[in-house]
Amino acid sequence: MSVTDFEMMKPIDNVNRALSSSGGSRHPLLTLFGSKTTRAWCYQVLVALLCVGFSWWLYSNAVDNMRAQRITTGFAFLEQSAQFAIGETLIDYQSSDNYARAVLVGLLNTLYVAICGIVLATVLGFIVGLGRVSKNWLLVKLAEIYVELLRNVPVILQVIFWSVLIRNLPAPREAIELFSFGFLTNRGLTVTVLQHHDGWVWTLVALVVALMLSSLLAFISRRLREQHGRAVSFTGLRFGLVIGLPFLVWWLTGAPSQLNRPELQGFNFKGGFTVSPEFTALLLGIALYSSAFIAEIVRSGIQSVPKGQLEAARSLSLSSWHITRHVVIPQAMRVMVPPLASQYVSLTKNSSIAVVVGYPELANISNTLMNQTGQALEAIAIMMVVYLIISASTSLLMNIFNRYVAIKER
Amino acid sequence: MLQRPVIEINAVSKWFGKFQVLNNVSMQVAKGERVVICGPSGSGKSTLIRCINRLEEHQRGQIWVNGIEMNDNLRNINRIRQSISMLFQQFNLFPHLSVLDNLTLGPKLVRKMSQKQATELAMHYLEKVHIGNQAHKFPLQLSGGQQQRVAIARALCMEPEILLFDEPTSALDPEMIKEVLDVMLDLAEGGMTMIVVTHEMGFARTVADNVILMADGAIVESAPPEQFFNRPEHPRTQQFLEQILSH
Amino acid sequence: MQHSAIYWLRRHLFSSLTQSILTLTLAIVIILVGVNLLRWGIYDAVFTGTVDQCRIAAGACWAVIAEKHRPILFGLYPYEQQWRPAICMLIWLVSVVVSLSPACWKSRYLWPLWGVSLVVMAIFMRGGVFGLVPVSSADWGGLPLTLLLFSGTVIIGLPVSVALALGRRSPLPFLRGLSVIFIEGLRGVPLITILFVAVNIFPLFLPANMEINKLLRIVVAIALFFACYQAEVIRGGLQSVPRGQYEAAAALNLGYWHTTTKIILPQALRICLPGVTNHIIAAMKNTSFVIIIGLFDVLTATSAVMQDPLWRRYYIETYLFISAIYILFGFALSRYAIWVEKRIDSSRNEQGIT
Repeated sequence: MSVTDFEMMKPIDNVNRALSSSGGSRHPLLTLFGSKTTRAWCYQVLVALLCVGFSWWLYSNAVDNMRAQRITTGFAFLEQSAQFAIGETLIDYQSSDNYARAVLVGLLNTLYVAICGIVLATVLGFIVGLGRVSKNWLLVKLAEIYVELLRNVPVILQVIFWSVLIRNLPAPREAIELFSFGFLTNRGLTVTVLQHHDGWVWTLVALVVALMLSSLLAFISRRLREQHGRAVSFTGLRFGLVIGLPFLVWWLTGAPSQLNRPELQGFNFKGGFTVSPEFTALLLGIALYSSAFIAEIVRSGIQSVPKGQLEAARSLSLSSWHITRHVVIPQAMRVMVPPLASQYVSLTKNSSIAVVVGYPELANISNTLMNQTGQALEAIAIMMVVYLIISASTSLLMNIFNRYVAIKER
Repeated sequence: MLQRPVIEINAVSKWFGKFQVLNNVSMQVAKGERVVICGPSGSGKSTLIRCINRLEEHQRGQIWVNGIEMNDNLRNINRIRQSISMLFQQFNLFPHLSVLDNLTLGPKLVRKMSQKQATELAMHYLEKVHIGNQAHKFPLQLSGGQQQRVAIARALCMEPEILLFDEPTSALDPEMIKEVLDVMLDLAEGGMTMIVVTHEMGFARTVADNVILMADGAIVESAPPEQFFNRPEHPRTQQFLEQILSH
Repeated sequence: MQHSAIYWLRRHLFSSLTQSILTLTLAIVIILVGVNLLRWGIYDAVFTGTVDQCRIAAGACWAVIAEKHRPILFGLYPYEQQWRPAICMLIWLVSVVVSLSPACWKSRYLWPLWGVSLVVMAIFMRGGVFGLVPVSSADWGGLPLTLLLFSGTVIIGLPVSVALALGRRSPLPFLRGLSVIFIEGLRGVPLITILFVAVNIFPLFLPANMEINKLLRIVVAIALFFACYQAEVIRGGLQSVPRGQYEAAAALNLGYWHTTTKIILPQALRICLPGVTNHIIAAMKNTSFVIIIGLFDVLTATSAVMQDPLWRRYYIETYLFISAIYILFGFALSRYAIWVEKRIDSSRNEQGIT
C-alpha cells in the first residue's frame, strides 16, 4: 500500500475504533461523559481556554511593561526618517528616507544575496554531487572530503572566516592583481567592466530574442519529425542566429567597446565594479555551506534511480546519453526537487547571518531599526513576517510542482 | 539444421570477488530454439544470461552472438544488444512514462523512427500481448501481470532475434502467471529464439526444445524435456526434480 | 583472475582516456596542494613559542593555540576556577557515553539521568554553595557553554518534538491547528529572529517582577526551534508505520496513549532515525548562532580572542582549531548514527520504484 493511501485514512477512524472498543480499560467516571466526541470536544475546549487565558496574561503584561518603559507601539515609526546610511543598496536611498524605505532596501539586498547564493550553491553542488557518483575513485574521494568538511563546520564560522580572510587581504595600494582584469583587496573585489552604453542593452535584447527564436526553431523541427516523419535540421540556422543577431545589433549600435577600468586614486580604486567584502564573505559562506548539502541531495537523487531501470535501458540498447536524459534525470529530478527547495529556503534564511559581517540585508537593518527606535516588537515582527512569506511561497510552489510531476500510481 | 548457432558460450567462468559464480560453462543455442534454464537459487542461471547481453562481464571464456564476440569493445556490445532483448523479474518499466512512451522510446531514439511509425509499432505489439487498451496508462497503475506483458511488448518493439527471460513470473501473484506464460507461448510458437530462466516446469515441458539444469555455477544436465523430466541422468537432476515437483 | 590491484586501478582510475587524464590532473593538483599544506602546517610550523618566533617562521603558528586555548575553551570564566567547567565537561561526557551505549537505551532512568546531570553541572558552574566561588551565568563561556546549549536543546527539544508531531496528527482539529501553526511558524523564520525574540521581546511579556535567566530563555528558544524541525521528521516516521499496527493495537483494546507510546512511537522512531540524528548534528552547529546575541560560546570566545593585536594575524590556525572541534563532533556523531542504524536495521523497506 502506498503512502498516499495512508494519508487519506482519517486518523479519527482508528482512534474512534480504539476508544470505543475499550470496554474495561477506561475509568468509569470518564465513560459518564458519554460518547468519545463529547470527550474530544471537552479536551479541545479546555485547551482553547488555556490558550486564550495564557495569551491574555502575556498581552496584559506586555501592555503594562511597555507603558512603564514608555515604549511606543504601532507602525507609525515607519514614516519617520531613518537617519542612518546604508552601505550597499540596489535602489536609491538617502539617510533622510523613511524607515519603510530602509526596510525595502534590506529586503532587496536579502533577495539579491539569496539569489546569487542559490545560483552559486546549485552550480557547485551539482558539480560535486556528480563527482560523488562518478566512476573515478579519486574524484569520489575528493568530493566526499569537500562535503564532509563544509557540512560539519557551522555556517556562521564559515562566514566569519571568509570575512576575516578578506579583511586581511592587502590594501588597494598593494592589491593582488588578477590577470590585469581585477584586483583583490581588503576593500573587496574590483573588476573591469564594460562601460555603460545603450548599444550593450540592445545587444542583450537581441541575444534574448535570438535564443527564443532558436528554441522555436527547435520546437518546429521536433514537431516536423514527429508528426510528418521529415527530418529537417535547423542547427546551422540556429547557431548562426544566436551568434549573428546580437553581433549585428552590436555593430549597428556603434560597436561600443569602452571598458570601465578601475584606477588607483589615492587610497582606493575609482571606476570599475566593486563587490564589497561583506557581500563576498556572506555569499561565499552561505553558498559553500549549502553546496555541500546540495551535493548530497544530487547524489541521493541519482542513486535513488533503481539499478533495474538502467539495466532495462541498456538492454534496449539506449546510449549512455539517452539513458541519462530520458531515464535517470526525470526520475532523479522528482526525488531531488523537494529537498532542493528546502535548501534554497534554508540558504535564504542563513542570509540573516549578515548581522555578523555587516552586510545591510533585512535582518541587519531590522536590528538597526530596533536599536534606534526601541520598538523591538514591530521590528522583529516585520522580519519574521517577511521570512515567513518567503518560506510559505516556496512551500506552495513546491507542492504545486510535486503534484504536477508526481508519478501516477493507482 | 546445420546453421551456425545463434549463441555460443564457450568455457565461460566468472567470479564475484573470490566467489566463483560461473564455472566453465559451455552451451549453444540454435536459431528458433527455446531453452529453459532451471536450478536452485545461487546456481548462476541469471548471471549466465546477463553475461549474454553484457549486463555482467565474464572473466574467462568466450561468448559469441551471431558470430560477434562479446567483449569490451563497445561497438560489439551495441551491435549484439540490438539483436537481443531482455525481460526482468521486476519488469523495470519506466514509471514516469506512459505505457505507449515506454514502448516508443527505444524505436524513436535507437531505430530513429518517427513518432507516427513508433506509435504504430507499439500499438501492434500491445495488441499482440492483449493489452492495447492500456496504452495511455502509467506502469504503476497496472497489475503485475499487465506490467510484465507491457515489458514484453517493449522488448518486441526493438524487433530482436533473441529474447532473454530472467525469471519473468517469479514476482507475480499466482493468478497472473498464466497470462504472461500464454504470451510467452505465443512468442515461442511464432519462432522466436528464447532463453528462459524460470521455475515454471509446466512451461518447460510444453514449450522448451532443451532444458538445462544449473547448480553451483555449472551445467549439470542438458536434455530435451521428454528425457529431462522422465529419464534424468544425473542424480542432482533427480534431486532437483523431486524437490520442485513435489507440490 | 582479475581481482588484483591492477584490475582495481584500471576500473576506478583509468577506465578510459578521459578518465585517465582526469585522474592524472587531479593527482598532480592533490600532490602540489598537499605538499604545500604539509610544509606550511607541519614542516615549517611553530608549535610552541612566542609571537616573535611565529613572525619569523614561514609556516603555521600553532603556538597561538597553546597560548590562547584557555580563553577559547572557557571564555570569560575566572582563570583559577576553570577546573570547574572542566569537570562539568567530564560529567557531560560520561552522561553521553552512558546514553549512547546500547545497554542503557531501554532504561527509564535516561531522561532523569540527564536532568540530574544538567542540574549538577549548572550548580557546579554557578557555585555559591559548598564553598565554591559564585560565578554568574553571564560569565559562563566557551566549550562548556556550547555543550550546555547543545544538551539543553536536545533534552528539551526531543520530547517537545514528539508532542508536536503527535499533535499534528491528532484527530482533534484544534490541537492539530495549533501544532501546525507552531511548527510552520518556527520553521519559516531564521534562528536569529527567534533568538532576538528570546532576548529582547520575551521579557516584555513577563510581569515586571518576574525574570527568567537569559541563558535559560536562549536554551528554550533553540530547543523549540530544534523541536519544530524534528517534529516534521518524526511525523514522517509516524506516517510510515503501517496501518495494520494501529488496527492490531485496536484489536488488543489498547487506548490512544498505550498504542502511541508502546506500539507506534518505537517503530516510528526507528524508521526516522537518520533524519533525527541529522538534526541533532545540526543542533550542535546551531549553538554557534548565539554569537549574534552576545553569548560567549566557543565561537564567540574565538572571535573575541582574535581581537588581540599580537596574535590576530594567526586567525587561520585558530579557526582551523575550532573547525576541527566541530568536524570531530559531527563526524563522531554520524559514525555513531550509522552504527546504530546497522544494528537495528533489518527489514526496513528502502524506497524504490516498482
